[in-house]
Amino acid sequence: MARPTLPDARGHFGRYGGRYVPEALMAPLIELEHAWQRARADRGWQRELARLLHEYAGRPTPLYFARRLSEHVGGAGIYLKREDLCHTGAHKINNVLGQALLARRMKKPRVIAETGAGQHGVASATAAALLGLECQVYMGAEDVTRQALNVFRMRLLGARVIVVEAGSRTLKDAINEAMRDWVANVRTTYYLLGSAMGPHPYPVMVRDLQCVIGREARRQARAALGRLPDVVMACVGGGSNAIGLFHPFIGDRRVRIVGVEAGGHGVATGRHGASLSAGRVGVLHGCMSYLLQNDDGQIAEAHSISAGLDYPGVGPEHAYYKDTGRFEFVSITDEEALEGFHALARLEGIMPALESSHAVAHAMRLAKQLSRSKVIVVGLSGRGDKDVHVIAKALGTEGLP
Amino acid sequence: MSRIDTAFARLRAAGERALIPYFSAGDPSLDATRRLVVAAERAGADLVELGIPFSDPIGDGPVIQRGSARGLAAGATLARVLELVAGVRGEVRIPLVLMGYYNPILAFGLKAFARAAVDVGVDGVIVPDLPPDEADELDAEAEPAGLDLVHLVAPTSTAARVRMIARRSRGFVYVVSLMGVTGERATLPPDLAAQIRAVRLVTTKPVCVGFGIGRPEQVRAVGARADGVIVGSAVVRLIEERATSPSLVDDVAAFIAALKAPLRAGG
Repeated sequence: MARPTLPDARGHFGRYGGRYVPEALMAPLIELEHAWQRARADRGWQRELARLLHEYAGRPTPLYFARRLSEHVGGAGIYLKREDLCHTGAHKINNVLGQALLARRMKKPRVIAETGAGQHGVASATAAALLGLECQVYMGAEDVTRQALNVFRMRLLGARVIVVEAGSRTLKDAINEAMRDWVANVRTTYYLLGSAMGPHPYPVMVRDLQCVIGREARRQARAALGRLPDVVMACVGGGSNAIGLFHPFIGDRRVRIVGVEAGGHGVATGRHGASLSAGRVGVLHGCMSYLLQNDDGQIAEAHSISAGLDYPGVGPEHAYYKDTGRFEFVSITDEEALEGFHALARLEGIMPALESSHAVAHAMRLAKQLSRSKVIVVGLSGRGDKDVHVIAKALGTEGLP
Repeated sequence: MSRIDTAFARLRAAGERALIPYFSAGDPSLDATRRLVVAAERAGADLVELGIPFSDPIGDGPVIQRGSARGLAAGATLARVLELVAGVRGEVRIPLVLMGYYNPILAFGLKAFARAAVDVGVDGVIVPDLPPDEADELDAEAEPAGLDLVHLVAPTSTAARVRMIARRSRGFVYVVSLMGVTGERATLPPDLAAQIRAVRLVTTKPVCVGFGIGRPEQVRAVGARADGVIVGSAVVRLIEERATSPSLVDDVAAFIAALKAPLRAGG
């Protein structure tokens, strides 16, 4: 049976997604959707994006067999899709290059972006510098403190960083503020949203731009193994690297698809970022999806050691495939993620981002339960340089050589 | 005819325009809001908008964000706001309209909300992050219950959207005067008259204008073209300034009277 086309014409994945925004943004979102459809159908535009992804961002990224890690675990083979090797150090560049090209095509001289860990902010500032666009990045005051180095990076790249003091002073408040800016300046400003969430067409646009991860991984697995992997796995905050890796495998019924959420201090403690595992359906930031919220519908604060997973919502397509059962979701605690980080650093010489460390940790757990003939592909969404101070704070330097 | 329809019919017959003040429920306390609503009617308010506090008010500027945060701190959940209306309904006759973001309403349950709202005497609801395109589910509960779902028109709305919004909106059509979040502005947008005309062209429903209107002379200018004027941030700012003053309610009532004066017949 053919799968229904997702999303529908108004951006719904089943009951999820949609456009829950002030009326002022409705016409601009429809205009954006049309501009996106025209751009992606334009060969010249596609060629330019492909050229930038190759020559500037460094694609294709390798699919790397983590031999020592796999031997250490003693089960399924673990392969890493190395998005950490992209320019700016994470998969975020795939999305921003596409959207920044779209902003230029739409003749918007100014781009705004939100950022949590700072990775999307740095990527946005990078693409803006490359294409000569003015860039302003909203970042929660809490995150500005946690990720001071990324703030400096953005400024070095010529972007203005606006510190958001409202609410919980984290990513969700940065998005609130970016949306307020956009409502006021939509005629001249392009909102460069960083994950596969928000109002339609963002979830589908960001997904399409990130699908390069999964398409490459599929081709590379075929070349290396002569077949598709048994499992694909990635961390899920907003969910852009995950949907990018997962989407090209959705039709491959034998491939298990596993999303790994931030378990924080443990889902039972209530201090976590696992909106799919422990949240309820609601509306935030323009789309319907699973959310962390209290009984009165107030949005709860997420918690994760990784700033990039510290968000109380998740992209609507993940919500849809959770309900259909096509995607499985699990959670990994802060502590387990740190163990994943260490294993990869010590056994492979790769320091993963704390976000990606969640996926590494779960891959190790799952690999143990599977036979040696099985293969897991893990989306290594970013590199861990940005996190070394967080890790030093969590662990101290004891035990280091 | 709903209570909102009746109110606008009466105003039209009398040659008056409606003054619609906005309060963040629970700001500074639920009891203060109750007293403010009663005083607002006596001072000349023709309809009151009661804001349901929300943790993430993306359509609001700093003043209403702070009012909403104070309301949350005072425990103004949607259930408590409905209790507040139940308590005040016996004391005022003007229409009461709730204004709130969608998620708390969704969490309450759409059917339960529509029924409870009408039961306690709420007349309408404005949901700023629920455009008509996504409003079918709420409307399927609100309309049969007799709750007016008021939709908003913005400066970016295309002609086709203005027609659709005007058709879907019940009670009145809310014209957002400017591009941006709520908050006072020094001047009115230059294209406001044209925007109101565009709405009038496609509907005979009352047209009320909000966003960026805070002073009596601005109210007068807008009132010359609209059926009603909505004042939010200026009211919430005054409440913020006088929150602990014993004259809070009197001061707000005096401000509302001053805003209403230019909207009276011959005013």
